[in-house]
Amino acid sequence: MSDDASPGRAHGQLLLREMLRIRRFEARCSELYQAGKIRGFLHLYDGEEAVSVGVMQALGPEDAVVATYREHGQALARGIPMGPLMAEMYGKQQGCSRGRGGSMHIFDRERHFYGGNAIVGGGLPLAVGIALADRRLRRPALTACFFGEGAVDEGAFHESMNLAALWSLPLLFVCENNLYSMGTPVALAEAETDIARKARCYHMPGEAVDGMDPMAVEAAARRAVAAIRSGSGPFFLECRTYRFRAHSMFDAQLYRDKDEIGRWRQRDPIAGLQQQLRDQQLLGSDDLAGLEAGIERELADAVAFAEAGTLEPVSDLLRFVTLDKVPQ
Amino acid sequence: MSTAAQRLSYREACRQAIRAAIQADERVFLMGEDVGRYGGCYAVSKGLLDEFGPERIVDTPLSEAAFVGAGIGAAIGGLRPIVEIMTCNFSLLALDQILNNAATIPHMSGGQFSVPLVIRMATGAGRQLAAQHSHSLEGWYAHIPGLRVLAPATVTDARYMLQAALADPNPVLVFEHIMLYALEGELDPGVSAVDIEHAAIRRPGRDLSLITYGGSLPKALSAAELLAAEGIDAEVVDLRVLRPLDDATIMESVRRTRRAVVIDEGWRSGSLAAEVCTRIVEQAFYELDAPLARVCTEEAPIPYAKHLEDAALPQPEKIVAAARALVGGRG
Repeated sequence: MSDDASPGRAHGQLLLREMLRIRRFEARCSELYQAGKIRGFLHLYDGEEAVSVGVMQALGPEDAVVATYREHGQALARGIPMGPLMAEMYGKQQGCSRGRGGSMHIFDRERHFYGGNAIVGGGLPLAVGIALADRRLRRPALTACFFGEGAVDEGAFHESMNLAALWSLPLLFVCENNLYSMGTPVALAEAETDIARKARCYHMPGEAVDGMDPMAVEAAARRAVAAIRSGSGPFFLECRTYRFRAHSMFDAQLYRDKDEIGRWRQRDPIAGLQQQLRDQQLLGSDDLAGLEAGIERELADAVAFAEAGTLEPVSDLLRFVTLDKVPQ
Repeated sequence: MSTAAQRLSYREACRQAIRAAIQADERVFLMGEDVGRYGGCYAVSKGLLDEFGPERIVDTPLSEAAFVGAGIGAAIGGLRPIVEIMTCNFSLLALDQILNNAATIPHMSGGQFSVPLVIRMATGAGRQLAAQHSHSLEGWYAHIPGLRVLAPATVTDARYMLQAALADPNPVLVFEHIMLYALEGELDPGVSAVDIEHAAIRRPGRDLSLITYGGSLPKALSAAELLAAEGIDAEVVDLRVLRPLDDATIMESVRRTRRAVVIDEGWRSGSLAAEVCTRIVEQAFYELDAPLARVCTEEAPIPYAKHLEDAALPQPEKIVAAARALVGGRG
């Protein structure tokens, strides 16, 4: 944690609140999963909150986001309201993808959120194309593409890095390196474990940052975004982070020991920022209680919204397989 | 009007189609391997780079997943890409993007995003290119909901299907058979558009229906001529649109002729021909006077040696034999 830096009261509390919203939302999702309200795959972001929250601070409303299948944090930090997000988890038609996508496929046109992609690396080529369209149509936007370090093993990663650099596209590659692709540690998957170095092969600036520190992530993302907006082409940002919980709800975590998880929990981004803000007199007990209460209300409203949501009629099953016109 | 009829090759028709599309809409561009400086593996885009420049005719590295995926992203982002995959054999390297992104995003996003993308690719065998360069994979793609799959088999369709495909808000795959590029035909000056909904009857006939598409169409027409010499009057149906299939035209033909042979350059098991036959059985079973028949590619990798390649593929003689067997039971 960068102890000497101060985010300021308002911004520091904003970062804390955004991370807490994700943590609390997912904790509730986990409970709702146990209760059978949510089914399918559920990949929790617990521990990685600083990455999305930090990166999103550097983006503007016109910028695009391409997400992963572990994207609740990316979606909330991008500003997708919690109600439609929870309704999506419930499979209700009030969900942000009308219940067609579920946890892994969150879409939001208004916020240029182009989906959680459940094929590892599958979103990277898409991000290249969105960035290409922005440039060709002279829109002053960039695309932030999130992926895990497991995606780096896919051919689509290398093809996309090459194309983005070759065409000098406005594209921010955000690698969420949580050290495991499902159960396989980086050292067993990568000949070069220093992932940020891979950008150099594509003549792309690359930087690794402490992904447990939201302020460090934000600062790095702002530098990267400034470079991209200056027209210098894509930028690669590796955020070194850790997933506190299992890969999904079906994972017994046989591949890592509890001590390792315990050591990383010492670096919890939320506890860390909370402590820092207290130390800097930027967060009082009342402030924290207020934040927590606000999030509890938002979450209660979101669950109520999802519970009250309706199921799409089965007669709509084939709707949107093909579209009659291009949505505007 | 007939004096103005233009005689041209299928290849030139494809090129004219791309040229017209780029001229008509500034969002349209062509992207693929060797489409620019080289002029296209099958010379379809020859000269277009000089005419339109590198923003509209975009050479890509050998990165099928990335440039097909980039086409999908660009389409979602507001452009109208024509992506050329050199041959359908290489489309397997982009299959994930086509199936998991192009075909699913409209539905999976609850209709928030469409993918108005056209992917052109060469398909088929016949040039002794051996097993890895001779696939006919259009039947696989026709399996996938969300895609429209076209197989132009005439110069008119090669010339005009593209503009209809670009007007479709959904992803459209166009399969151009490698043996058709040199085919010559006349463009009817009275035609300036074609639909991408319907099958077409290319030769009317009374005794049986030869149902086919793409590179097998000329073979089916040859077979019909051979059958005519034997007194068998074959109708030839060109499917044109492989997904969604035009059941009405197929059934209308079969109800009249009461016999059908389906000709498909894909392998027999799980083929497009199997789908067409099943639909006929489902919808017109009691109007058939004979079992259905199929002429497909033999179930082996396509060999290099000419005599073996010829033996593997549908040929007019095989179609004639299948037709004769059906009509033999006539009366």
